[in-house]
Amino acid sequence: MIQAEPAGPVQVQEIAADDDVVRVRQVVRAAAVATKLNLVDQTKLVTAASELARNTLIYGGGGRAEVQPVANGFRRGIRIVFTDDGPGIPDVDRALTDGYTTGGGLGLGLSGARRLMDEFELWTEVGTGTVVTAVKWER
Amino acid sequence: MDRVPVLKIGDLLLVSIQVDLEDRLTTQLQEDLAERIVSTGAHGVIIDITALDIVDSFVGRMLATIASMSRVLDAETVVVGMRPAVAITLVELGLGLRGIRTALNVDLGMAMLRDLRQLHMGLPGTTPEDGARDLAGIS
Repeated sequence: MIQAEPAGPVQVQEIAADDDVVRVRQVVRAAAVATKLNLVDQTKLVTAASELARNTLIYGGGGRAEVQPVANGFRRGIRIVFTDDGPGIPDVDRALTDGYTTGGGLGLGLSGARRLMDEFELWTEVGTGTVVTAVKWER
Repeated sequence: MDRVPVLKIGDLLLVSIQVDLEDRLTTQLQEDLAERIVSTGAHGVIIDITALDIVDSFVGRMLATIASMSRVLDAETVVVGMRPAVAITLVELGLGLRGIRTALNVDLGMAMLRDLRQLHMGLPGTTPEDGARDLAGIS
C-alpha cells in the first residue's frame, strides 16, 4: 500500500486518442514543476506517465489519468493513476517483464515505468480493467 | 496534419524535432525520412533532439528504426543534442539505444558523418583537396 496523503487538487485527463498521451505528459510535467521535483525526477516521471498513458490507450482501449500532488510527512511528490476498463492483464508477472509485449512495442512500458517511479502498484482483473498507481517523490 | 520538417544540407538531411511528438507524427517522420533519403540520395541523417524533454520507448524505437532503415538505404544516422536527464532516464527505462550513433551537437554530428563517409568510400579515393577541406571543417 502506497503511503501518500493528497496535498493538492486532482487533475483528470481522459485518454481516448493519440494526442491525449501528449496532454497527459503536459499535465504531469506542469504538476512536477509546481511540486519542484528536480529535472531528472521530472524527466523520469513524465517519461513513465507517457508509457503508462500509451498502455491505457493501446491495451486498455482508453481510460483516464489522474494527477495529484501528494505528501508523506514533509516529503512531497506526484501521484499518477491510470485507469481503464479494458480486458485486464491475464499474466501480470509476464507483463512486468522487460521485453514482453502483446502489442508490437518494445515491451518496456510497464517494466520501465516501474523502474522510473518510486512507488508502483498494479491492480488488474481480466474482463474488468486495470489500474496503475505510481508515485515519484522529491529527493 | 502537422509534419516534422526534413531539411537537406549538401548530402545530409537534418531533422530538428521541436514539438512534443504525438505517436502519429513519429511514425510519419519515419516514412518521410525514408522517402527523402531515396529522393535526395542523402548519405547522412542528423536528428536533433535538443528540444525534446523526454524520449519514451516509442520515440526511442523510432530513432532505432530510422537508424537501421537509413543504413539499408546507404545513409548513416546520428542523433544529436540529447539532454543529460533524458540520457539518464532512457538507460533506466531499459533503452540503451544500441546501434544508434550519437553526438553532442549538430557540428560534431556532421563531422562524424563526414568521417564515416570517407571510411565508407575508402581513403585512397579521397583527393588531397578533399582531405584538406575536411580537416579544416573538423578542427
